[in-house]
Amino acid sequence: MRTIEAGRITAAVAKLAVEANYYLTEDIFGALAGGQKTEESPLGREILGQLVENACIARDQAMPICQDTGMAVVFMEIGQDVRVVDGGLEEAVNAGVAKGYTEGYLRKSVVDDPVFIRKNTGDNTPAILHVAIVPGDKIKIVLAPKGFGSENMSALKMFPPSAGVSGIKKFAVDTVSAAGSNPCPPIVIGMGIGGTMEKAAFLAKKALIRPISVRNANPEYATLEAEILELVNKTGVGPQGLGGTVTALAVNIEYYPTHIAGMPVAININCHATRHAEIEI
Amino acid sequence: MAEPVRITTPLSADAARKLRAGDSVLISGAIYTARDAAHKRMIEALDRGEKLPVDVRDQIIYYVGPSPAKPGQPIGSAGPTTSGRMDAYTPRMLAEGLRGMIGKGYRSAEVVEAMKKHGAVYFAATGGAAALIARTVKGYEVVAYSDLGAEAFAKMTVEDFPAIVVIDSEGRNYYEEGQKQYRRL
Repeated sequence: MRTIEAGRITAAVAKLAVEANYYLTEDIFGALAGGQKTEESPLGREILGQLVENACIARDQAMPICQDTGMAVVFMEIGQDVRVVDGGLEEAVNAGVAKGYTEGYLRKSVVDDPVFIRKNTGDNTPAILHVAIVPGDKIKIVLAPKGFGSENMSALKMFPPSAGVSGIKKFAVDTVSAAGSNPCPPIVIGMGIGGTMEKAAFLAKKALIRPISVRNANPEYATLEAEILELVNKTGVGPQGLGGTVTALAVNIEYYPTHIAGMPVAININCHATRHAEIEI
Repeated sequence: MAEPVRITTPLSADAARKLRAGDSVLISGAIYTARDAAHKRMIEALDRGEKLPVDVRDQIIYYVGPSPAKPGQPIGSAGPTTSGRMDAYTPRMLAEGLRGMIGKGYRSAEVVEAMKKHGAVYFAATGGAAALIARTVKGYEVVAYSDLGAEAFAKMTVEDFPAIVVIDSEGRNYYEEGQKQYRRL
């Protein structure tokens, strides 16, 4: 049994929080630059140019891409042959978020009580932690800061099986149209289809950390991703909602078996700054 | 793209009336920052019959919660937040003489009506272009509600701050016009 000190997890999470907020991943950067060539609206092209320049400034000056440095969503894959020692796993992750957000000059945007008190916790904790136990003796950590301009525009619907592909497409188009300018388009759309209500929402979030250059391995779902992307780019929303043909950079779908009576569909919208960073210990 | 219109603050009623939905602008001068919690406090102050922390006549408020400044810099990253959350407070602010707002996203029908009535302008800054916008910020000084941290009411000095007029003083809405032009469903 391999052992990993909790302190190493804390250090890794702190580093990822800073990296994810300062450096846009290559796939997203490339899609923004590519969008500048295909966007039909002159104003839209100017905005895409601003977004490319913004990502370069953030990288060169080591500062956040967006002032909303998000709530820290952490995905961990823990090998079943590894044991965390010298501290608890969840505490180690939260200590890493606190360290990264404080030392990296990242905005702390988390409030303790969602309804009554809403007092800022001061260090951006707690994180949203998703843990999966997998074979092996490694720990993989992905940190995806999630801003709420886009999170607030996300949606979930429990469809009957008869809704089929057309129901899913209409739901996506309606959700993107209604969100309009608010989630800072061009957006990345994460969709979770199947499972139960919470599984669909989890899959939609997980879909957002898959590189947007990679399509679903199942050809039918890959086709659905392409078809939904084409449709949402016909909504006219465009960069920043000011009109145009590049409303979304990609649609990533993840699916899971579901019950005979249902077809849960969750849509998690992310902004053009679809940030994430990962490490394997 | 047409050349951007250069505007300086304070923004007079006459200058505001000349701006048209779809215009690109570069804003220079002092603007004020406030978002949800600061707006709530300002409205509560007005309800108690008190004055606002500053006279907002002919001023522009930027809806922003900047990330912390690194040592030696006036501000961290500073892009706009979603304006719709301020809709409940905005008509009251416009009645106090506020001339402009900078944010991102849609406004309510009540806000647009109040804008027409008082001759105000709504500008959109590019959401997420926070590092780029921060370069145009030359000074940042908290004026009130410092306990709100990133959400405090502050005076921000800007030079060539880039924005787009999305709703003009006649209520023309460039989100609607722009999107209609490219909708193909």
